[in-house]
Amino acid sequence: MSTQDKVEPTQDKSVASANAVVRRASDHVDDTPPRSRWFALQHRYAPYLFLLPFLIIFATFGIYPIVKSLILSLYATNGPKDQIFVGLSNFRFLLSDPEFHTAVWNTAVFAFWSVFLQLPLALGLAMLLSAKWLKGREFLRLAFFSPHLVGQAFVAVLFMVLFVPQYGLINNGLHAVSPQIPLDMKWLSEAGLVMPALVLTSLWMYVGFNMIYFLAALQAVDRELYEAAMVDGANAWHQFWAVTLPGIRPVAVFVLVTATIGSFQLFELPFIMLNNGGGPNNAGLTIVMYLYRTGFETGDLGYASAIGWTLALGVMAISLIQMRLTGVWKRGGE
Amino acid sequence: MTRAIHPGRPIAYVLLFAIAALTLVPLIWLIAATVKGPDDLFHYSFFPPLNRFTAHNYQELFSKMPFFRHLANSTFIASTTVVVQLFFSSLAGFALAKYNFKGKNAVMILMLGTMMIPGQVVMAPLYELIYRLGLVDTYPGLIIPGAVSVFGIFLFRQAILQVPNELLDAARIDGCSEFRIYWDVVMPVSRPMIGAFCLISFMGTWNSFLWPQIILHNNARFTLPIALNQLVGLYQQSYGMLMAGTLLSVLPVIILFMLLQKEFVAGLTAGAVKG
Repeated sequence: MSTQDKVEPTQDKSVASANAVVRRASDHVDDTPPRSRWFALQHRYAPYLFLLPFLIIFATFGIYPIVKSLILSLYATNGPKDQIFVGLSNFRFLLSDPEFHTAVWNTAVFAFWSVFLQLPLALGLAMLLSAKWLKGREFLRLAFFSPHLVGQAFVAVLFMVLFVPQYGLINNGLHAVSPQIPLDMKWLSEAGLVMPALVLTSLWMYVGFNMIYFLAALQAVDRELYEAAMVDGANAWHQFWAVTLPGIRPVAVFVLVTATIGSFQLFELPFIMLNNGGGPNNAGLTIVMYLYRTGFETGDLGYASAIGWTLALGVMAISLIQMRLTGVWKRGGE
Repeated sequence: MTRAIHPGRPIAYVLLFAIAALTLVPLIWLIAATVKGPDDLFHYSFFPPLNRFTAHNYQELFSKMPFFRHLANSTFIASTTVVVQLFFSSLAGFALAKYNFKGKNAVMILMLGTMMIPGQVVMAPLYELIYRLGLVDTYPGLIIPGAVSVFGIFLFRQAILQVPNELLDAARIDGCSEFRIYWDVVMPVSRPMIGAFCLISFMGTWNSFLWPQIILHNNARFTLPIALNQLVGLYQQSYGMLMAGTLLSVLPVIILFMLLQKEFVAGLTAGAVKG
């Protein structure tokens, strides 16, 4: 309700200003004949003309590569010039490629942990932040969101330094909190620590970003439902499950699906933090990193396309499962 | 009788401000690291005493890489992409919001379909295409494939749907051409969405790493993320200098965000909340 109140006046203002623009614009064209054939024609073909620049570029650089990558995935290539048809052997090879398995496993582990740590934390922060009595909301919101202003590549460089053993801020901070934690945790050069480091970094980057979505969704939940629940004697825990969660469900599913898709595309963080490689024992090798390595370092664009399509199909399947489990289709019309 | 303060409130405040502090600490450390000499970097947790502030890291950065060259590259590529994307997306969004025409649904379904496919799938064939067009290691090779944004079209369609049809009809009666309506009526009304889109699109391009990393070979053409990654490879231990480069690289985005903050949040959540 409160959001609508805020939106309406600004819209009225902009409509009024647009009216003024129309008036001004029509002053200029008063002397042209009002209903020429040209006028009818341009009205009829306008939507096609407006879509044309988009469609040309979209077809060339969007649709064509998608189709082409399906074809390319059936070829073994050496750079963009040499190609041999190999049928499905790229996909067959993927099934038995240990490096690809490592990449899939790493990416899945990363996606699992980052989603299941990020989203509850983001929702919790959003709920605290939308409490009516809270002071300093603007500052807190900006603080939580600020990491997202730093691009992944730059976050990677920053955290590479924060993770430095002995002297780095993270080791010192952890050591100060709990002296049992040794100062020389080699986050980026010890296989077992690479994944926690990546999850921690992405947690820092994305909690505030996802929180913004939850915050907007929470504002749209009907206050009266809470009051009704309170009259019925529901405690905070019941209210959360009976009112909050159903109220924000469409947004929550959207955040869950996009966060999962985003996690499966992990590339910049490990690539830069691990010196453009997979790290110790390939502990930080992700699917996209492996795609980059095979396609653009080894030069097998065909194999890279096969990896890309495997990723795409996997991500789509997971998205569909998530939407199914969260019941997006049950009530329909969302 | 005054009402007792709910015991949960102080806990909530402590929790919120503690997490906010944890979130800000890396950024504050980043700023502090750029003004510390190599000996002070890890000696002082954050800022050193004022008399130990130094410009050493920045001097080293400018001597080790043509920083302003990369800044200019990034600025040029990001702003060109934003302008082109803005124009094409708003025009197409207008067409899809306010006209009924043959093939409209087909276009929408096609757009939605491609949104489901992660961009990395097309990397290999896109590279092959760019190679055949002779655009490897050029700015157009970077800008043209990114010239349209399906996300942007949906964003603008959503915003333009709210524009009352009477307004457009009034302009038509006054003899405005359809393009004129787009330019003089629809665009001024969509101002908040334009702000949001510009910021989202600018951030996306500014921070984009994988495609520039694939397309650009010549040092002089590198954008900031690519150049910084190269710098990390060459001077792994020069932490202060790397932090200076990082801070200067993110500063433009932060400034732009401060200018467009309100519109940004509105635009970000518009699609999600309205569904």
